[in-house]
Amino acid sequence: MEKRIILRGLLAGAVAGLLSFVFARIFAEPQINQAIDYESGRDAAQELLDKAAGLPVEAAGPDLFSRTVQANVGIGTGMILFGAAMGALFAVAYLLCLGRVGRLRARSLSLLVAGGGFAGFYLVPFLKYPANPPAIGHPDTIKERGSLYLVMVLCSIVFLVAAVWLGQRLQARFGNWNATLLAAGAYAVAIGIVMALLPSLGQLADNVHTFGNHPTETPLPLENSQGAIVYPGFPADVLFSFRLYSVAAQLIMWSTIGLVFAPMAQRLLQPTAKSPVPAGSPDPVAA
Amino acid sequence: MSSLSAPGTIATPVVVPNAKAALWLVGTAFLALLVYYFIGVDQGAVSVFGNDMHIHEFVHDSRHFLGFPCH
Ligand SMILES: [Zn+2]
Repeated sequence: MEKRIILRGLLAGAVAGLLSFVFARIFAEPQINQAIDYESGRDAAQELLDKAAGLPVEAAGPDLFSRTVQANVGIGTGMILFGAAMGALFAVAYLLCLGRVGRLRARSLSLLVAGGGFAGFYLVPFLKYPANPPAIGHPDTIKERGSLYLVMVLCSIVFLVAAVWLGQRLQARFGNWNATLLAAGAYAVAIGIVMALLPSLGQLADNVHTFGNHPTETPLPLENSQGAIVYPGFPADVLFSFRLYSVAAQLIMWSTIGLVFAPMAQRLLQPTAKSPVPAGSPDPVAA
Repeated sequence: MSSLSAPGTIATPVVVPNAKAALWLVGTAFLALLVYYFIGVDQGAVSVFGNDMHIHEFVHDSRHFLGFPCH
């Protein structure tokens, strides 16, 4: 049984990855290209400033893959493999939930687990460290940014599991509705504390040292030695669209996982849901 | 949650009863996290292939778009 569930999770995940790739190809790539154009323009402007100031100019590294490869095969491979991996993790979580979450139907459980994956793996970490297009992010801080993001992902998932456990513990005393609200409240408080404690990216030591006190790494206008703006700050509309589409792509991915998996799980687990339970079969809720 | 479960339908059964099933779960989770790592993290903050950037550059756009920190 576990093998069949995992296979279906993988399948749902690959379909979900494919759909979000199509979405990314249509909506995200134009934004990514605008961000890369901004970055190239800014690098050129910076180069002129450096030359004028007599500073050595850094040569850019060679491109390993063309933009065409990155924007088609590359992002396609990434999205589909990511979808499949999430589908597999979804199936593992689903298997662990089976029989332990009361009288939920196989289909309803599918949607709830997918919702948990969306929030735990993406949306909650995004609230603290939102997705950034190319050109946003300083190379010197990638270690800190990478670790901080993973800390957010880990906390949001661990707290989510803890909240589900807490909700089940409270259910006997407070009932389904209130126990769910209490567990959700506890989750919000716990993750809120973590978000408050973790630094914002602009406040990392390297950034404060080089760029001064700013909340994020989003590039500000480039000024010459006289203080005149020679290159604008990162375009706000591109940043907003990129982030909006990033959320939309994950929403598409996780909804697809939940919706594609649901009927397959229903057929597999509750094929005779309408027929009476055979007498003498153990009560699955109590297990 | 009561609105999501219909009264009278049987609840879903426990299907992770033994060690063999647990092994499948752990193995699946491990491989999935490995993929997550290579798409989102490797050749950025940490790298298993040293300075080589091929994986990073290939999945580069999806890394940004899936919310991971990048360059
Ligand atoms: Zn990048």
